[in-house]
Amino acid sequence: MRYVQEFRDRAAAQGLALAIGRIASRPVNLMEVCGTHTVSIFRHGIRGLLPPPVAMLSGPGCPVCVTTNADIDKAIALAQQPGVILATFGDMMKVPGSYQSLQQAKADRCDVRVVYSPRDAVRLAAANGQRPLIFFAVGFETTAPTIAASVLEAERLGLANFYVFSVHKLVPPAMRALLDSGEVRIDGFICPGHVSVVIGSQPYEFIAREYGVPCVISGFEPVDILQGVEMLLRQIAVGRAEVEIQYSRGVRPEGNPLARKAMYRVFQEADAGWRGLGVIPGSGLKLRPEYARFDAEAAFAVRPPPTKEHKGCICGEILRGVKTPPECPIFGSGCTPESPVGPCMVSSEGTCAGWYQYGSR
Amino acid sequence: MAKTTKILLAHGSGGRLSHELVAKEFLPPWANPILKQLDDSAVFSLSRDGSGPRLAFTTDSYVVKPLFFKGGDIGRLAVCGTVNDLAMVGAEPLYLSASFVIEEGLPLSTIRAVVRSMREAAAEAGVRIVTGDTKVVEGGAADGLFVNTAGVGIVPPGVEIGGGRAQVGDAVILSGSIGDHGIAVLSQREGLEFESPVVSDVAPLNRLVAAMLAASPQIHVLRDPTRGGLATSLNEIAAQSGVAVHVEEGQIPLKEGVWAACEMLGFDPLCVANEGKLVAMVAPQDAQAVLAAMRATRYGEEAAIIGEVMAEPAGKVLMKTNIGGTRIVHMLVGEMLPRIC
Amino acid sequence: MCLAVPARVIEMRDDLLGLVELGGVVREVSFMLLPDARVGDYVLLHAGYALQKMDTAEAEETLRLLVEMVEAAGTEG
Repeated sequence: MRYVQEFRDRAAAQGLALAIGRIASRPVNLMEVCGTHTVSIFRHGIRGLLPPPVAMLSGPGCPVCVTTNADIDKAIALAQQPGVILATFGDMMKVPGSYQSLQQAKADRCDVRVVYSPRDAVRLAAANGQRPLIFFAVGFETTAPTIAASVLEAERLGLANFYVFSVHKLVPPAMRALLDSGEVRIDGFICPGHVSVVIGSQPYEFIAREYGVPCVISGFEPVDILQGVEMLLRQIAVGRAEVEIQYSRGVRPEGNPLARKAMYRVFQEADAGWRGLGVIPGSGLKLRPEYARFDAEAAFAVRPPPTKEHKGCICGEILRGVKTPPECPIFGSGCTPESPVGPCMVSSEGTCAGWYQYGSR
Repeated sequence: MAKTTKILLAHGSGGRLSHELVAKEFLPPWANPILKQLDDSAVFSLSRDGSGPRLAFTTDSYVVKPLFFKGGDIGRLAVCGTVNDLAMVGAEPLYLSASFVIEEGLPLSTIRAVVRSMREAAAEAGVRIVTGDTKVVEGGAADGLFVNTAGVGIVPPGVEIGGGRAQVGDAVILSGSIGDHGIAVLSQREGLEFESPVVSDVAPLNRLVAAMLAASPQIHVLRDPTRGGLATSLNEIAAQSGVAVHVEEGQIPLKEGVWAACEMLGFDPLCVANEGKLVAMVAPQDAQAVLAAMRATRYGEEAAIIGEVMAEPAGKVLMKTNIGGTRIVHMLVGEMLPRIC
Repeated sequence: MCLAVPARVIEMRDDLLGLVELGGVVREVSFMLLPDARVGDYVLLHAGYALQKMDTAEAEETLRLLVEMVEAAGTEG
């Protein structure tokens, strides 16, 4: 048993597709709010297995996509400080800010380094003691605990040159903002499996209780996603609204309390700006005062140039599930993976990149 | 968004940006019919009236880091890469040149090891290195060592192989597992260290091609999927030939170690580089004969028919996924970077 | 978000570091967020950290239900 291939089994996937076909009667909008779900749906061709009444919408689940131009501009401004090494996950390199991307800043002689793990950033800081190492911390609740752990590690090592620029965001507040906007009818949520590994199932209860919308926490293999859809449809069919866990092999109802403890020891909730959703109160994470000495924003007073949004770019509406990529005026013409205008086209998880690369069905 | 005014690392990754650079910056000023073919080698006749033997001519630069990796090194890569570019147009490779740009301070023992490796690779392929050049640059300018090789070979009469020659109905045959080289090199790159059973597949394919040509005169396309991976090569061919390439995920050989590394780092094996594989488009009635010939030849033992050339949708590559869905396979765009999302 | 893969713990060291294996690929990971992991456990690996243990019993139960459902779907025609 290896927990991967078994959940890509063709017979199981086809069987679930059949079962879904039987339950799905009236049109339903199911929204996933996790970029990794968006990618998996495209990569395995899952949309093509769903019957027409079931519409899969993609919400603001790609932390790369929801990072604002202002934040990217700030990261670049930090990278431009003398002597700075800016470490980032690969995902962020190609995302355009108001004027350029980190990749272009790197071509302009900024020392930008791609890391796979925040531990690599700590190692870089230790190996370059004379230079400030700033980690551009992007990600939801899956990733924030790992950055918190790396800050604790830097503290333990007594590093004086390790900094974090946090643009971490929290998923449940964004889901509430989406529901409050009322722009799109959402009949059910496929909740993010790995975020839920950390936060458990309780934070989604308000969606079922206050809004009457069923939630299923799903894994990422095609069979997980299809089973998640099937479980949502069964709730919808009988008018139930509960939070269920499909991804039970990874998600406990209580999540990982130790990971949350590490996260909230280092970070505290703050208002955050989301592309397409504006400022959502309490939806971001910034370093606590006790960890201020690791805070890049406190240590470096940068003044990025004025923020600009790109004409024609409707990433905001794409992220809210209001429009699909083909409805964007510049999709595939002015905005392509080679020369992306907005992050939805850049990020491998971005909805537009998915439509472009993998096709719509 | 700011238009590209500077060269990015991504322009060298073999994907769409690389293609754009060539199409926009190199082709127009140098335009000529031989260059425009944009196959792995240029093919032309030595006599001005077009009669007589045809020569294949190609060049490549090798900038791999690290210089020595599991299964090979920059020297073997350089010889095999150029031998393979000649083989992909059906040429018998004959002679290579080798140019070295060496960073000041590189140990002599490194040069010796690379040179020895090139001798072995050349002997295996049956080619000779007949001319070369050496330059030394200041520290920091060459990642240790850059190698360029150019090669010439003879294309037998009647052999017409090129990216624009795929025909509807052709079988798509892949010579073996994908992603081995890219993952082998990555596993030693700083920051991504992992122990892995994956070994680079770098190998000269000219004898494999010769066996295939002996089995069938109806080999229409040959391509070695190097930078940009199988996805990029299939897209290039689909565009050049104006056809659709349909493949099946389940038929594409993939070693477990490559699969695992791609899962961990968020890579698509279809976009990872290979240095000892080829993909062929063959008339359907000869597919089994070619496949048998490949499986009986070194470097072709795991060959498999992975799909078919169809008419629609022209210019696109479609893949039937393991769970029975369908997805479009796109060319690699820029650099492949590890993801956490 | 987010890419995390299940990998088998093959070594646990002091200082909460260790090695995991997936498909023959071995990587060093931190167990700071999952200190009670043991050799032989399967853990979810994300950005160099182990985040949770995979629950074998739950996985088998999920698969068992799927097999049942596939068989039921087949017979219902």
